[in-house]
Amino acid sequence: MAQLGAAGVIATAAPLTHGADGFVEAPTADAPAAEAVVDPVPVTLRVNGVEHHLMLEPRVTLLDALRERLNLFGTKKGCDHGQCGACTVHVNGRRVNSCLSFAVMHQMDEITTIEGLAKDGELHPVQQAFLDHDGFQCGYCTSGQIMSGAALLKEPIGPTDHDVRAAMSGNICRCGAYSNIVAAVQQARDWPSGRTRSAQS
Amino acid sequence: MQAFRYTQAKTVDVALDPGQRFLAGGTTLVDLMKLNVETPHSVVDINLLPLDRVEPTPDGGLKVGALVRNSDLANHADVKARYTVLSEALLSGASPQLRNMATTGGNLLQRTRCYYYRDINYACNKREPGSGCPAQDGFNRIHAVLGGSDQCVATHPSDMAVAMMALEAVVHAKGAKGERQIALENFYLTPGTTPDKENVLEPDELITYVTLPRPAAGTRSHYLKLRDRAQYEFALASAAVVVQVEGSRIRRVRIALGGVGTKPWRSKEAEAVLEGKPAHTKNFEAAAAAAMRGAKPLKYNGFKIELAKQAIVRTLSMVTA
Repeated sequence: MAQLGAAGVIATAAPLTHGADGFVEAPTADAPAAEAVVDPVPVTLRVNGVEHHLMLEPRVTLLDALRERLNLFGTKKGCDHGQCGACTVHVNGRRVNSCLSFAVMHQMDEITTIEGLAKDGELHPVQQAFLDHDGFQCGYCTSGQIMSGAALLKEPIGPTDHDVRAAMSGNICRCGAYSNIVAAVQQARDWPSGRTRSAQS
Repeated sequence: MQAFRYTQAKTVDVALDPGQRFLAGGTTLVDLMKLNVETPHSVVDINLLPLDRVEPTPDGGLKVGALVRNSDLANHADVKARYTVLSEALLSGASPQLRNMATTGGNLLQRTRCYYYRDINYACNKREPGSGCPAQDGFNRIHAVLGGSDQCVATHPSDMAVAMMALEAVVHAKGAKGERQIALENFYLTPGTTPDKENVLEPDELITYVTLPRPAAGTRSHYLKLRDRAQYEFALASAAVVVQVEGSRIRRVRIALGGVGTKPWRSKEAEAVLEGKPAHTKNFEAAAAAAMRGAKPLKYNGFKIELAKQAIVRTLSMVTA
């Protein structure tokens, strides 16, 4: 509980003082440009087109807010340190690791999770391609893989399988479904898989 | 993770006290906060500041805002065309997701991947000055052979900064005392007896821009990164070379190394060997030997000396071919 004690630190106009837990409480006068808030704080998240009003501690990651507060369990927690990619979501159309971002930082952002990828009952082409090519085994990494694959369609990436492997390198699959994942992503890009040399030259 | 107070900076005139941290992409800070390596009582989110643009400078160079994301900088047309080494270095770092988050200023300030630094169950002079350095006699395969001290041998993990070192970038910072420019070459500190101090920034200073000088006509550049995996791995050794060849001779060359030094490592020793000399392998090898002459291997990282030499020779061969 010693760490939670710091949650009591609030804005104060007093000079630097040591709190009961030895923590230094900073006066807001030192940061006139910044607006002090206490936790939990109101956070508005726009996820898959729906606005949610939450009260969150600033330390709640976007990943935890999605899973624990919005019950969007499709986004997975793997390493929780930005190393595995299971938590990949789109923020304003770009793929990011939701575990390395605080929810409070995303108040004006358009967030898309795996639950928001299909439109009008139609699977996203990357979702369909993962089914077509059996791009998974246990499925734990799959949401992140698909979110990465979907974002990749708009990124400047070369045509080869090697290019896809590089572009998907932030998503780890412990089952080792990689070859099928590459084939799935290539199908969604309308590139035949097995392409090993650049078609641009 | 320790709780913290969260604020958003609205202007660059933000004064920080020692227990505060600026938050940009979060890829280093949030990670280290989860490990309790970083325990700020207050976090100032700077993402709303207008520092997210890449603009030409009047003298033909480039001004890169501190909040420009690594992926945007890597794919910027002018960076790809004229600062190839920087685009390549950025694209060799981290993963696409992380590059979408990580910023230019944050990348310069990213912290070491030393296992002992990242684990609070171990002593670490960088984390707790005076507590000791288990890396000296521990698992030190990833540690530095250049610039280390008996207090710290942690490598600087950035690829971007290595390329910027070879490009002779300038860091622009703003603090309570006003704005200043710091040549990247003078920005980083070797650990010595104060490994907790990694650069010359004052605690209240915020990086606002990085400027890149205009490359001389005919300049070519390349970044080569050698590592345990083909993607998504930190460098064991890397080389950034920016070179201008006239006829068959090297008129001007800048060489910087990653993965082997306690800071992004500019090698003026290697540059001195090459300038004015014909661009051929014998001279490249002499330059590589000069670069690594002062290297001090630890128990498990001696291979980095040869690896770095090979990286230098290979990169020079590729960029002058």
